[in-house]
Amino acid sequence: MIDRQYIGHRMAPFTVPVEAGRLRLFAKATGQHDPVYTDEAAAHDAGHPGLPVPPTFLFCLEMDAPNPAAIRELLGLDYRRLLHGEQRFTYHAMTYAGDRLTFEQCIEDIYDKKGGALEFVVRRTRVSNQHGTHVADLRTVTVMRHG
Amino acid sequence: MPTLRYDALQVGDALPAFETEPVSRLTLALYCGASGDHNPIHVDTDFAHAAGQPDVFAHGMLSMAYLGRLLTNWVPQQALRDFGVRFVAITQVGDRLTCRGTVVEKMEAHGEKRVRIELSTVDQNGEVKVAGDAVVALP
Repeated sequence: MIDRQYIGHRMAPFTVPVEAGRLRLFAKATGQHDPVYTDEAAAHDAGHPGLPVPPTFLFCLEMDAPNPAAIRELLGLDYRRLLHGEQRFTYHAMTYAGDRLTFEQCIEDIYDKKGGALEFVVRRTRVSNQHGTHVADLRTVTVMRHG
Repeated sequence: MPTLRYDALQVGDALPAFETEPVSRLTLALYCGASGDHNPIHVDTDFAHAAGQPDVFAHGMLSMAYLGRLLTNWVPQQALRDFGVRFVAITQVGDRLTCRGTVVEKMEAHGEKRVRIELSTVDQNGEVKVAGDAVVALP
């Protein structure tokens, strides 16, 4: 059983840069051919100050934490038994290449189903940019399979 | 892109759907590097076998990125307010995913006109892999 005392636990915040080259590689990997996501001129023409961070890439930036395994280690989770159950993003402002984004993660809930055969960890992450603007919230549900 | 207007949309309207290329090992390798998700279960067949899987399989977040494309093909990304999915079933190498969205609700919230979209990715056999929803603001 995952220790329920960690419900409400806040991780140390971290800040990561948004790199244009990484956004171009992400566009290639996801079959994104809209030039807004790879070409600065097209981005400017569409009203963006730079290459936009696409809708799901904040999750990737969250994994650029100094220790991406910090929560797994804290909770003692075996990643061979982990599944990504749900993912949600709530957007408050756009983010762009060149931004520096700060991630504040909180373990919102831990619960189980099927008599403990499945345990669920709910993580909330608040994201803000280098100007202190709250840009997004992420909600991640991870499933730990036992047996 | 032509501007979509709230008044012109009806519940039941479909977003322009698309089908992906079959998910290849190269796609998974590129996504591994681009996303920063280095879990070997998605790229290392030996690891997948040792973990009891028949093969490597796709990152759930790759499918969510495809649904993100569906949304930003339809409206500028600045219109996106909320986007969530459940990972229902594993997407395997070779699967072709059809990405679909349908307007299910029109509403006003936070002083904006918004629509809720139901989203899914479905494989070539009709199996739902990812299901979710998004909210976009429209003029």
